[in-house]
Amino acid sequence: MVPTQYYLILSAILFGLGAVAFVFKRNIISIFMSIELMLNAVNLAFVAFSQASGKLDGQVFVLFVIVVAAAEAAVGLGIIILTARNRRSLNVERVDLLKL
Amino acid sequence: MTAPLLIFFLLAAVAVIGALSLILQKHPIHSALSLIVVMVALAGLYLLMGAEFVAAVQIIVYGGAIMVLFVFVIMLLNAGEEEHTDFSKIAKFAGLPLALALTGLLAAAMVRHGGSVANATNPDSLADTSKISMLLFSTFVYPFELTSFLILVAIMGALVLAQREKS
Repeated sequence: MVPTQYYLILSAILFGLGAVAFVFKRNIISIFMSIELMLNAVNLAFVAFSQASGKLDGQVFVLFVIVVAAAEAAVGLGIIILTARNRRSLNVERVDLLKL
Repeated sequence: MTAPLLIFFLLAAVAVIGALSLILQKHPIHSALSLIVVMVALAGLYLLMGAEFVAAVQIIVYGGAIMVLFVFVIMLLNAGEEEHTDFSKIAKFAGLPLALALTGLLAAAMVRHGGSVANATNPDSLADTSKISMLLFSTFVYPFELTSFLILVAIMGALVLAQREKS
């Protein structure tokens, strides 16, 4: 039996790495993927707490997070395609004007 | 060291290395493949915790559907290596310490409050997908129905965003 604390620390590390990637990456798709990494870290914490408490609420919440992530990916990637089509660049530092 | 602990450290190392690789890779397609590695490792951890259903959903929805969508968009847009533009001076000096502080703070807070969670009385009862479905359709039935609206809105949003303007 692995202690719950180990899972929580791993979750924090993954979330921190996701936050670092979110800030340091310049490609808009990579930034979007780092958001997914952070959501995955949160899911890990949910399941760890669910296992520790013996209740299944945490696992149900993970399902909701996955649904939200899927919806977010669909809309977000639509926005990315639109941005890339209009700006001809995927670098977020070149997308700094509200109007072209 | 017992076998579950060994598997945990193996999968945790794979997940952390995959996440580091996501940061360090310059090409978005390599970042996407690293993220898939992280997700498969996390699915293994869910299996280790006895959450089979979540592990299966993780592989099918995350590793399958969402990441295929990402790879599809990367190839559709023909995304090349990311260029390095005006790196912020504050980020250069304060970025790494702040990231470490965030990680430490999160870990400390979660570990401290994780201890107060009541211990599982019967861990074997967790490995039961039917109980998740009972919970999903009784206690959480309203949020569950709301997610269907969310998906509907997301579908319409993606359609409106991605369609070409008629000229």
